[in-house]
Amino acid sequence: MSQPIPKSLALHKFQYYLGSFLFVLPALAIFMIFYIYPFYKTFHLAFHEWNGIDIKQIFIGFENFSRLFQDQTWWVSVRNAAYITFIALTFQNALALALAMACDREIRLKRFYRVVFFIPPVLSETVVGLIWQWILISGTQNGQQIGLLNHFLEQIGLRSLVHNWLSDPKTVLTCIAVVHCWKGFGWGFLLMLAGLQTIDRQLYEAARVDGASAWSVFRHVTLPMMIPVFLMVVILTILGSMQVFVLLYVMVSSGLGDHTAIPVGRILAAMTGGDPQFGYACALAVVFGMLLVIVSVVFQWISKRLRQA
Amino acid sequence: MIKGINRYVVGNSLMAMSIHLFLIVVATTCLFPLFWMVRSSFMSDDTIFVDKSLIPRVLHPENFYVAWTQGSFGVYFFNSVWYTFWTVLGIVIIASLAAYAISRLEFPGKNFIFTMFLAAMMIPLPGSFVPLYVLMNKLGLINSRIGYIFCMINVGLSVSIYILKTFFDKMPTALEDAARIDGCSRLGIWRHVALPLAKPAIAVIVIFQSLNVWNEYILATLLLNDKALMPLQRGLVVFQGTYSVDYHLLMAGLTITAAPIILIYLLMQKHIIKGLSSGAVVG
Repeated sequence: MSQPIPKSLALHKFQYYLGSFLFVLPALAIFMIFYIYPFYKTFHLAFHEWNGIDIKQIFIGFENFSRLFQDQTWWVSVRNAAYITFIALTFQNALALALAMACDREIRLKRFYRVVFFIPPVLSETVVGLIWQWILISGTQNGQQIGLLNHFLEQIGLRSLVHNWLSDPKTVLTCIAVVHCWKGFGWGFLLMLAGLQTIDRQLYEAARVDGASAWSVFRHVTLPMMIPVFLMVVILTILGSMQVFVLLYVMVSSGLGDHTAIPVGRILAAMTGGDPQFGYACALAVVFGMLLVIVSVVFQWISKRLRQA
Repeated sequence: MIKGINRYVVGNSLMAMSIHLFLIVVATTCLFPLFWMVRSSFMSDDTIFVDKSLIPRVLHPENFYVAWTQGSFGVYFFNSVWYTFWTVLGIVIIASLAAYAISRLEFPGKNFIFTMFLAAMMIPLPGSFVPLYVLMNKLGLINSRIGYIFCMINVGLSVSIYILKTFFDKMPTALEDAARIDGCSRLGIWRHVALPLAKPAIAVIVIFQSLNVWNEYILATLLLNDKALMPLQRGLVVFQGTYSVDYHLLMAGLTITAAPIILIYLLMQKHIIKGLSSGAVVG
């Protein structure tokens, strides 16, 4: 500032910019190396055949993708994830909404409930999966059921319901979905409760004075005000549930073939299996990533439209 | 008239009772599996499969010692603490530097850079561990603490920059202006003015990133094969694979893994719930 000569002013400005830029440089460097490069590499490898060891990566065009579309197990795994997501969207979010509405009033122990419901979400998938695996485990020792759930069913006289929960293809996915909901409903609960608490109490008062029934208050006051929160919860639920893997992996480590196939697990298997196919793993990742992006963009678009309406 | 009021009161209290019942049932469902985990960790090898009493008659606290030493959970625990500490410290320093510059300083391309971080936050990358593994392999950072820490810093970076940038944007500039007039450098202002003022935002980042690193599994599995370097989540699965019969020790390991998280959560729950709820309104 002390030098009035234009040239050194430009230099001064350059030095200032450079100094400011140094602040973002560490973040930018890490971002470039650990995000942008892998991002690029995913697309790059998706068009190549590579076992992860050879120096040579063979360009094969869209071959990985055409193979992917005929890969039965892959699409079964997407369907399995969609099933878990469907249960999370309906059961888990209905539960979360019911709990949030129950807590959105002057009620005793409200803070206690709020703290307790968010304990499962802070635990890791590994911990949650292993605890529930221990509860759902099947088998007997000395004529006694090993697993707590089966033991309990036997004790209350529902012997017919005793079941190999995690080794029967018919029940395994539902069990995993329910445990996933157990771990996840606290998120939806907190977000919905926060949303409910932003609704002006006077709106409820006014509706009640006008003689509206509980259902029409919910339908015409609560529901419209909650649409943005609902859509955010829906997007988070879809993204989280479609990418379930660790929970399933620790609950049924050896797996039940196609019955427990899951997209992230398929990507990992393509990469770490006996015949590592990094190119194919990347093609799966690209298709799966695009699927998730499309779903969340569609929901964001709906959210915007509903908010404007 | 009185009859009507009575019916109203009775109906209301019935309603309140069923709401309480519902909440208590769900709360029990949340807490009981954790109680069962802790209970099972005090059982012995012989009784764990058959004894279903809520409080076992003979407690075996030595399980924790065996799990900690022979089960290597002591090593895993130390590793988890190490990774969590350095990752979170790295995220706070690197993200706050970048967020401060984006919010307060001028340089060409800063909006582009911020948009890039924002996009990274929004775009899900479900298979990013594949190229990340390739990259780390190429850099010779498989089985390296530094490599894993850098990967985890990257995971938390975008969100943290976003949180801090929006926080700085709302912060009044008066204090920083005063410091500048006093001749404080940009780095000095960041260190002595901006960072202390951003404490609430930093607290949110520290809490959530600590949870994130402590609970991470997939990258730890791919990048760390050496038992001496594994964090708890990875160690649990290794233990499950190797000693699938020793459920009492596995439960002790689970308790060792879950206890610090639950303790920190209970101590910080006000901040956590407030941070999340305010995030909900922003989103």
